[in-house]
Amino acid sequence: MTPADPILSIDHVSKEFDVSAPWLNRVLERKPKLYVKAVNDVSLTIPRGSCFSIVGESGCGKSTVARLVTGLYSTSAGEIRFGPGTGGRPVRVQMIFQDPQSSLNPRWRVGDIIAEPIREMKLRASEEETRERVDDLLRIVGLASDDVAKFPHEFSGGQRQRISIARALASEPELLVCDEPTSALDVSVQAQILNLMRRLQKELGLTYLFISHDLSVVRHMSDRIAVMYLGRIVEMAPAEDLFTAPQHPYSRLLLGTIPDIHAPNRNRELQGGEPPSPLNPPTGCTFHPRCALADERCRREEPQLRDRGDATVSCHAVAEGRARTPEEKET
Amino acid sequence: MMLHSPTVLEAAESAADPSPAPALEVSNLTVEFPTRRGVLTAIDDVSLRVEPGEILGVVGESGAGKSITGLAVLGLLEAPGRIAGGEIHVSGRRVDTLTEEELTKVRGREMGAIFQDPLTALNPLFSVGAQLVETIRLHTDLSREAARDRALHLLREVGIPAPEERLRQYPHQFSGGMRQRVVIALALAAEPELIIADEPTTALDVSIQAQITTLLRRLCKDHRTGIMLVTHDMGVIAETADRVVVMYAGRMVEMGRVEDVIHNAQHPYTKGLMSAIPSLHDRVDTLTQIDGSMPRLNSRPSGCAFNPRCPMAGPRCRRDRPNLVDAGPNRAACFLHEGGTQ
Repeated sequence: MTPADPILSIDHVSKEFDVSAPWLNRVLERKPKLYVKAVNDVSLTIPRGSCFSIVGESGCGKSTVARLVTGLYSTSAGEIRFGPGTGGRPVRVQMIFQDPQSSLNPRWRVGDIIAEPIREMKLRASEEETRERVDDLLRIVGLASDDVAKFPHEFSGGQRQRISIARALASEPELLVCDEPTSALDVSVQAQILNLMRRLQKELGLTYLFISHDLSVVRHMSDRIAVMYLGRIVEMAPAEDLFTAPQHPYSRLLLGTIPDIHAPNRNRELQGGEPPSPLNPPTGCTFHPRCALADERCRREEPQLRDRGDATVSCHAVAEGRARTPEEKET
Repeated sequence: MMLHSPTVLEAAESAADPSPAPALEVSNLTVEFPTRRGVLTAIDDVSLRVEPGEILGVVGESGAGKSITGLAVLGLLEAPGRIAGGEIHVSGRRVDTLTEEELTKVRGREMGAIFQDPLTALNPLFSVGAQLVETIRLHTDLSREAARDRALHLLREVGIPAPEERLRQYPHQFSGGMRQRVVIALALAAEPELIIADEPTTALDVSIQAQITTLLRRLCKDHRTGIMLVTHDMGVIAETADRVVVMYAGRMVEMGRVEDVIHNAQHPYTKGLMSAIPSLHDRVDTLTQIDGSMPRLNSRPSGCAFNPRCPMAGPRCRRDRPNLVDAGPNRAACFLHEGGTQ
């Protein structure tokens, strides 16, 4: 399923990290070299103007994908391609990080933080125009123009995240990679930032690659969602479909365990198991030790992503029809 | 306070003791931090109660004072913080006036604690078994062998597979979820009447978080331990607690049964908070947002601390401070329920 106008396509991308012991230990203790496959054969395409989200638990490789896309890491295998940008120039990509406390330089004034990309990329001819642009950006993200002379510590967490968004917008990007942009914020402030991001997407025609572990935030923001487990995409589906009819057993586990204030599940059964170590992933389908539907084939053979309607799922049980969605069971 | 959940009432009736003392009773607690620029009041006039076998959720955003409340109960306030007023009773015994030495005996035996990060709560240099045995022997007069058996029993109870093997292992050999189970086992070691759980699931992934909250609920009902569950996550409260206290800027703004507070919030702050959480069931274009952010400790507005962010605020809100009054099924500190905001 390739959209007509992808702004980004990731093609069979893998990323390995060398986590071997130091050379001397390896020689003396006869330890082999050790690699972690943080991202394993991931393919996805993001249509222009949409919001694509990646969800998963810690260590599933979702942040690594974000860093691969922005070029902070280089790929071990596979290809990342950007579509043509507006006016024939390359697509501009910017990133928003989780913690605005550590992603803003505490010794710089807000005006300089936001102006840096403009000055660096020579987007405005004069200092006068740069200042005007910074002023505009501050207004767009809901800050006051006299905030330029302040330092980051003078702001609350939510306002700091607004500063990072203004800085990201300074270089007029078309694709924004947002790595857990609201995870460090309180709910009432989170709503402010999410509303701001939705408004900016509409007004500026942005495309988002949104990384989060919070499924309710992801549902609010996304058009299409990929669920990752141990470096692989296990299910990719339109947001609505994933939440109403999750297909992969792991997606169902995730959706079944998130606390929901409107329909709390107070007397649930204990869901067993924890994600295994990525250093030594299980054979076959990496989810099989936690999966109720696992059989001999799941333990032996790695499942591949297969199209099922609008979704793609990587599960033998789903492909063989052994996994029925709860709705199907009812009928 | 007649706001017990039905399960607690039933349990209380079936108990042998006709009127057990509440596991925790805090009345009019005030905590201050004297600084060079004046005294900052972190907790202002907080009163709450946890019955045996009940989970009381304390929820609020960062800076609301929920963790400080927990620390004050445990007697772990860091200097210069001090209790400036009010009383704290744990199972009928007053603890805020105890000396450090007396407190050390109460802590662990009568009240246990579970903190956010299990790695810092465990000593990396001792095996899990040694830490459990030490805690058990400190609070009971069991022999080393009996304490070891009890440690095994505790690990089994908190759902750690192969406990004999696990006793000999060190904290770094456990995963995050398993470490938190060990911390819970430690908190249970002396069968305390009260457990203060401060963000016990925040550092964990959702699927593990569900395991831990289920475990807490089960232990609370099985041992009739009162749990004060401090968290910022309304979802965890919804699934775990019986009653909930909502805090804002050091004061209680609303208190009631969990269902009532979530579905029938009476305070404008609680209402805003509930609708600011994105729903899992339907998608809205814009989330309800509360503008602004919580005031800092040194710049709290006069009157109701929420008034600058409140859509319903009137002149009275800027002048006077509201106290908790009956508001529908709950209790709320808002003039809307006390004759208007004019």
